Amino acid sequence: MRSMVEGAYAIAPLTGERPGRKMKTWDAIVIGGGHNGLVNACYLQRAGLDVLVVEKNAWIGGAATSRELTPGYLYSNCSYVCSLFRPEIMRDLELPRFGLQVISYEGGAVFTRDGDYLANYRDHDAHRREFARFSARDAEAYDRYARDVTRQCRFIQPLLMRTAPDPTSFRPRDIGELMYLGRKFAGLGAEDMAQTLRFWTMSISDFLDEYFETDVIKANFALSGIIGTALGPMSPGTAYVLLHHYMGEVDGSVGAWGYARGGMGAVTRALSDSFRACGGVIRTDAEVDHVLVQGGKAKGVVLSGGEEIYGKLVVSNADVKRTFLKLVEAKELPEIFLRRVKNFKIRGSSGKVNIALDSMPEFPALPKDSPCYRGDLHFTDSMERMERGYDDWKAGRWSADPTLDMMIPTALDPTMTSPGTHFMSCFVQYAPPRIEGRDWTDADRDGFAETVISQIADYSPGFRDRIVHMEVRTPREIEAEVGLTEGNIFQGELTFDQLLFNRPVPGYAQYRSPVGGLYMCGSSTHPGGGVMGAPGRNAASEILRDLKQGAKHMSPAHDVI
Amino acid sequence: MAITASKIKSLSLQPRFAAQDHFRMLRLPSPFQPRIDALARTEDWYTWAGYKAPLSLWDEELEYFAIRSQAAVFDISPMVKYHIAGPDAEAFCNRLTLRDVTRLKPGRVHYTAWCDDAGHVLDDGTLFRLSPDRFRLCCQERHLPWLLDSAIGFNVSVEEETEAVAGLALQGPTSFAVLRDAGFKDIEKLKVFDIAEFPHEGGSVTISRTGFTGDLGYELFVPVGLALSLWDRLFEAGRLHGIRAIGYTALNRARIEAGLIVANADFVTAEHAIRTDRLRLPDEIGLGFMVDAEKGYFNGRRAILAARANRSMKHVLVGLEIEGNIPAEHAIVYHRQKKEIGLVSAAIWSPTGKRNIAIASLSRPYGDTVVDDLWVEIYAMRELKYERLMKRAKVVPRPFIKLERRTANPPADF
Repeated sequence: MRSMVEGAYAIAPLTGERPGRKMKTWDAIVIGGGHNGLVNACYLQRAGLDVLVVEKNAWIGGAATSRELTPGYLYSNCSYVCSLFRPEIMRDLELPRFGLQVISYEGGAVFTRDGDYLANYRDHDAHRREFARFSARDAEAYDRYARDVTRQCRFIQPLLMRTAPDPTSFRPRDIGELMYLGRKFAGLGAEDMAQTLRFWTMSISDFLDEYFETDVIKANFALSGIIGTALGPMSPGTAYVLLHHYMGEVDGSVGAWGYARGGMGAVTRALSDSFRACGGVIRTDAEVDHVLVQGGKAKGVVLSGGEEIYGKLVVSNADVKRTFLKLVEAKELPEIFLRRVKNFKIRGSSGKVNIALDSMPEFPALPKDSPCYRGDLHFTDSMERMERGYDDWKAGRWSADPTLDMMIPTALDPTMTSPGTHFMSCFVQYAPPRIEGRDWTDADRDGFAETVISQIADYSPGFRDRIVHMEVRTPREIEAEVGLTEGNIFQGELTFDQLLFNRPVPGYAQYRSPVGGLYMCGSSTHPGGGVMGAPGRNAASEILRDLKQGAKHMSPAHDVI
Repeated sequence: MAITASKIKSLSLQPRFAAQDHFRMLRLPSPFQPRIDALARTEDWYTWAGYKAPLSLWDEELEYFAIRSQAAVFDISPMVKYHIAGPDAEAFCNRLTLRDVTRLKPGRVHYTAWCDDAGHVLDDGTLFRLSPDRFRLCCQERHLPWLLDSAIGFNVSVEEETEAVAGLALQGPTSFAVLRDAGFKDIEKLKVFDIAEFPHEGGSVTISRTGFTGDLGYELFVPVGLALSLWDRLFEAGRLHGIRAIGYTALNRARIEAGLIVANADFVTAEHAIRTDRLRLPDEIGLGFMVDAEKGYFNGRRAILAARANRSMKHVLVGLEIEGNIPAEHAIVYHRQKKEIGLVSAAIWSPTGKRNIAIASLSRPYGDTVVDDLWVEIYAMRELKYERLMKRAKVVPRPFIKLERRTANPPADF
């Protein structure tokens, strides 16, 4: 894996200014080189600003990285699949030119405890026949389910690339934006309006009950409703989380998911290359200790070594809690804002186990020529098992019988390992931010990993013998390394109380903060998490608006027709 | 959680396990596949409801003329079929569909449609009354959840039987002669929309005088095990009557001439319409004639009657005759060459009618009360250049052709 550390800008003084040499003041400093920070930086740089990205790690990418943690194996060690990343952004920032390729992958399967499996096939008729093995009724229910979910996605998709209106504001733009929302909602028709409200508030379990009767079929769909969320499939609000995972696309195929070729780091590598090609500068190993605030205005950042870097404005890609509870002093913030930030739900709920394999694992339940090997594989075949896994989380334990989203990207991507060897990504739901009230220990981490490996090994004889290396990431590791509070992958849960003009907190949903010149651009802001890039892009749009700079280089959202 | 061999071998799970390998064949072969394969010289296939089906076999022009001059055999096995049976089967079908099923006698078929509670058409199809308490519903799309939910409170069973029943359409002037010579005794007694059972190879074949061509014709249904012998019986008897297997391209021409619509080609079915403005009431796709307001409650009744009372129907489906000879497929329809008022969903030059015909969906009042000054804009691609034509269109009744032999009793030899 080639190094991503390059182009570090030589900053001269640690503090203050040396006589005769003027300290540089950047037009904008972006804290954090995650995908949203880089998207934001790219758009600002392309608008003609002089932009610096500071990243605490020795590598860039945040939660969209590819890392070679053992020789010969590249891991997508946080996010692992791509669908939500907006094609408008890929195009504006010329990411294909900088090497980004997103490739569709196969449908996968849920293994059932009776030795069978339920596959998801991309072919519509095969999909139906597969469901018909379990229920003739469910097989024919899928079209209506897909229609209803698609209708909701089409309603939401155009909102992703727009700044949410502030309903308390009387500015013409906010009123106009509120009217746009209202018109769109009114355009739904009575039945869909009811459906929309239900979708935004229901549990995924209740929602699926309205379409399907077979437990494993429901469990198959429900996973999208709980991923990264500290809620169970029977908790209200999880139906929206499913929608959030369906509103992406691969080249216009809405709801499809793909792999970034070369791992998810390919997304941020293309972004950083695009950024540098326009003259942007990235400093790695540059952890921000705090934002420099003078007279209620952001003036730059102070690195953990004490070095001060000045900027006319500061944009934080860190989550809202990290930004305002760690990087900004409390005295600079209104009490009510601070209270709301503290109350923002950003609970850790998941972990990740990345595994290097010396050979392709076998799953005897699957036919050897099954395409499911090239898709996502799951082991949770009932809604109750999934919900029980959440019970463990509530008790402060990782799920004894976790829900895994497991895939082998190297079945389709030849660039990540040498031929014949494989990288396996296992997303693990649930893992609490703390173990029964105390911090995670290394022993806990190992126990968590063992739970995951033993679940896989139950379905894949000889699995343990194929393991070359393993990276185990509990919420502790994710927070420590990526900086995501509690290891929450969405920088805040995607429940309706924290969406649109309430994300991250009411009154501050337009990427600005109480501190002048300090902006937010991470997934804590509208439209939320996933490797989408929309928060970074929307934040750039607001910043350029404040600077009265043109934004002709920013494409509006593609039409949804 | 361990997987035990004994569990896999458990008897009740066997069919589910046995069905796993369907993924190796994405397009199901028809029960007639060996016979069709033997004739498929063009290897010109399409997918019909998950089946491999021919667009043509040898020559689509000649296949069309087989429909209009001889006897054409078209495989309708992929059509979705439901078996509805039980003491309340009639009441159930009557509640489900638009037409009055109490007037559909055993041994008769009718063309009907069914709607959701908002009156939007879920599908159209044919309802075969096989006996007082047994029906077969044939259609384009799949509806099992809807049918099962609608059956709550009725003593009735609904079973999907698409893969268990093979079907053939035998259409054209000599189709009667073929069946007679094949030994289907009393076949001449079948009037249009009659059904009867005939013995075949120790089982039976259900023959109805129905079809999708507007011509003299029949549809034959058998259990899949009898499919090939039925095919052979027809082709043996048909040798002297010009029998010929055909693909969908030829059939599609005939059905447009007959003015018949196809779900999800000429209208979007309610359970598939992602855009809610694509939903259609029966009156908006030319199926208003089916609605029996007097028969009692049926799904969608209130909404349909309200739309009629409020005159809130937004669309209308019409037959168009267009000047010139260039088919106007998917052309935009204009009023006064300016205002866009709709779209042509199907169009051909009619070889039998010698007219340029089309089926179009228009926004009312155009096509309804305003029928003058209608135009279609045809983009005809000729050697990498569009010839753009603005042609006058007039609303004409469907069917576009009317053949006396279709309804003649007894049917003629040709």
